[in-house]
Amino acid sequence: MKKLNRGVAIVGTGMSRFGSFPEKTTRDLFVEAYRDMSAAVDKGFDPKDIEAVYIGNYSSDLFEGQGHTAPIMADWVGLAPRAATRIEDACASSGVALRQGILAIASGAYDMVLVGGTEKMSNLPIAGVTDTLATAGDVLFEIPAGFTFPGFYAAIATAYMHRYGASADALLRVGIKNHDNGKLNPKAQFQASIADLMAGRIARAQQKGLPVPGWQTEMDFMHDDGANPYIAWPLRLFDCSPVTDGASAVLLVGEELARRFTDDPLYVIGSGQASDAAALHDRASLTSIRAAQVASRQAYEMAGVTPEDIKIAEVHDCFTIAEIIATEDLGFFAPGTGHEAAEEGLTSRHGPKPINTSGGLKSKGHPVGASGAAQAVEVWKQMRGQAGQRQVDRDVDLAMTHNVGGTGQTCVVHIYERR
Amino acid sequence: MTEQAITDRPFTAASFQAYMDEGKLMGSRNRETGEVFVPPRPIDPATHGEAMEWVELSGRGTLAAFTSVYIGTTAMIDAGYDRARPYVAGIVELEEGPRISAQLLGVDGKRPDLGWIGRPIVATFIERGEGDKRRSYLAFEMIV
Repeated sequence: MKKLNRGVAIVGTGMSRFGSFPEKTTRDLFVEAYRDMSAAVDKGFDPKDIEAVYIGNYSSDLFEGQGHTAPIMADWVGLAPRAATRIEDACASSGVALRQGILAIASGAYDMVLVGGTEKMSNLPIAGVTDTLATAGDVLFEIPAGFTFPGFYAAIATAYMHRYGASADALLRVGIKNHDNGKLNPKAQFQASIADLMAGRIARAQQKGLPVPGWQTEMDFMHDDGANPYIAWPLRLFDCSPVTDGASAVLLVGEELARRFTDDPLYVIGSGQASDAAALHDRASLTSIRAAQVASRQAYEMAGVTPEDIKIAEVHDCFTIAEIIATEDLGFFAPGTGHEAAEEGLTSRHGPKPINTSGGLKSKGHPVGASGAAQAVEVWKQMRGQAGQRQVDRDVDLAMTHNVGGTGQTCVVHIYERR
Repeated sequence: MTEQAITDRPFTAASFQAYMDEGKLMGSRNRETGEVFVPPRPIDPATHGEAMEWVELSGRGTLAAFTSVYIGTTAMIDAGYDRARPYVAGIVELEEGPRISAQLLGVDGKRPDLGWIGRPIVATFIERGEGDKRRSYLAFEMIV
């Protein structure tokens, strides 16, 4: 069994507001996240003590025309000449940056490390975003077939639905639940439930004297091809995470140093990471993500805990089907039963296994390179009882984050403990 | 002569494309285990063996997964597809074992059906692009 040679603790986390911000660049977003993190360190810290910076960033090159992002982020928060390294593992970039920071401290090379992520996606028109995200797939053998990112997960959904008899409504339920959570997250891109969105559109139609939609339930809205059009069948608009600008930041220290900075640190007790074939068609299974199974097994073994022990988890719901499959890959539900768990509400904030209390990527937003470290922000708040209106109604002593790159070419999983 | 030409080509994306432009779906086969890889791989990921040879695939298989794409890639938009005319992209399991991604022809993207999964399909090639960018793309048709 693999163990870290030195324990690692989180003493502060932060994130920018997630959304669409035409006036902000990656560096503005990262500064916002860094300030939010600084304010969260209970006893304060001296930035001079930060020894290295690991930044997740998927594609500022294509989104903004800016490469070599990490030193810019380090400099913009005043950390030059510290070592600054960019991690690019598609949507898992900052989950992997977090892991690199953890490994660097565990090795003894550093005592204090800043990790995080930043992504500015909204500059490009939607076709440009679609093409840029598609480069996280196999551009030689998948994109020429016409696959887009929603298309990949839609194909996974058809394989899953065909094999297990799941309905598309189970997917829509995940979207409804994550919007219910995101409504209570002041940093989220969509701070509205599906019911709120419905009511808003009905009110607007009445105001303008237009035909008033006849939706009675949230499912009526979700089934409406006009309000919730197909992006890649069977996935509709509200099955897909949005285009988001945002950044995240996490401050890591050696475990023995943690209480200098806070009386309530989180300890990273499990970490795992795995990879898989570039093309979805080359994977052993189309209804599970092997990298997630392997990475979570490593993390569970390192932590010495089981799926039953995990109180809450932030999982990578880039598309609703991805959340259902994640809850199976992480061992929360048996293969083929995640869709039933979603329909039965087992993953809601008040259910036995709350998933994505932040609103998840679906509602909080998905600035791809920032999402992994942003998951740690939610865990930090929930474990310390600082999640406000969305705080779960139980003690969260163990939590998990699960961050996937691409269609499962990368997965990184962390387990956090509050002592 | 053809056999010689087949044997000499490196197991690369360029060779795979050159064969497609000749109307052939080709893969690599591990001479020791018989395992077939499409697109061709130079190294068998299971055995790490490198004793590969070219093999022509039958082009027959079954549909494993698919989607009907309403918001397509730029290349597919240029090819005339849009929200009113969605295209179908699929993952096909070839009868020799490997899976591959390709456009699925002869089906209505506006009437997708989970029942297509498992149905037999057969490979075909379509030409797309202008001038120097014109090339063959792999596609599949459902056998009715």
